[in-house]
Amino acid sequence: MMSPTPKRRARKRWLLMSDILAPAAGQHLGPADPVVTPLVFYDAAGTHHPKNGTLLGFWLYLMSDCLVFASLFAVYGVLGRSYAAGPSGADLFDLPLVAMSTAMLLISSITYGFAMIAMQRRRMPAVLAWLAATGLFGLAFLGLTLYEFQHLIHEGAGPQRSAFLSAFFALVGTHALHVLFGIVWLVTLMLQVGKYGLTVDNRRRLMCLSMFWHFLDVVWIAVFTFVYLMGVLP
Amino acid sequence: MSAEHALPQHDDAGHDDDHDAHDDGVAHSTVAGYVNGFVLSVVLTAIPFALVMSGGVVSSGVTALVILAFAAVQIVVHMVYFLHMNTRSEQGWSMLALIFTTVLVVIMLSGSLWVMYHLNTNMMPMSPHEMRNAP
Repeated sequence: MMSPTPKRRARKRWLLMSDILAPAAGQHLGPADPVVTPLVFYDAAGTHHPKNGTLLGFWLYLMSDCLVFASLFAVYGVLGRSYAAGPSGADLFDLPLVAMSTAMLLISSITYGFAMIAMQRRRMPAVLAWLAATGLFGLAFLGLTLYEFQHLIHEGAGPQRSAFLSAFFALVGTHALHVLFGIVWLVTLMLQVGKYGLTVDNRRRLMCLSMFWHFLDVVWIAVFTFVYLMGVLP
Repeated sequence: MSAEHALPQHDDAGHDDDHDAHDDGVAHSTVAGYVNGFVLSVVLTAIPFALVMSGGVVSSGVTALVILAFAAVQIVVHMVYFLHMNTRSEQGWSMLALIFTTVLVVIMLSGSLWVMYHLNTNMMPMSPHEMRNAP
């Protein structure tokens, strides 16, 4: 009689192998094995995403704008004392004028704040009035900056005079350009609000401009301290 | 910015579009908040200007440090009172972005000034004054 033992043994070994493999396969499948907990996506299940990501996105834009200004400040910090035998900050800067500019920008910040409060109370005429006041103070700031630039260039202290003046015009000019765009945006929004009222979209836009405007004020604090006040120190 | 429960002054209730007012993500700011911020920043601006414009500067280095400190405090005041920064807005993402940016700015500024200062002192041993009078 021929013994079937080798074949049965082989089959038995195969079964044993499958028994070993089975739990591993079950682990991958998950629900088959009661020990394995199902995969949970905590981000989707736990927190709720804000419906309106515009404000966060705009904040991220402002942070990147902050890096633009930081590099301009770094340039000014490196080149700010390279006068090339030309005039220095102490010779050029007119601090009463700078104080006036600072006051204009600071007042425009609080008038914009009042516009936001009027917006919360849904009072459209008040919103438009406060926005107009903000725009006028912004224009006054811009006019003072342009007057200063024109005065400096007229004195022969233009951006081509020295590395210090190149860095100065680049930094202060970039800030003034931001204020100019802020005013253009402000006028656009006043027309929008005047035509369509304080809709959800317009309120969101006003909040973005609010962040932009206050951000420019924050940058100006750094400018008047680092450039003007420290520039005239002996 | 879900601050509307903390501020009883906000008077949105009763408006027809109240349902979306709460999802604006807006900090419900108050007149008092803005006025406080404004007064603080006027004071924090006036002191450094007065220090420098009075002309009675004891030491340039000390004055520079003092006005830089005033600027730092004023920036924080603006962030809190005007930009309504707190750790809760946008589930903390705006604060995280701000901290990240601050770290980058500090590295960028201090690194640039440090490297270029040493470059100047090591590569250009003459002062501008010496260079002008060099033979």
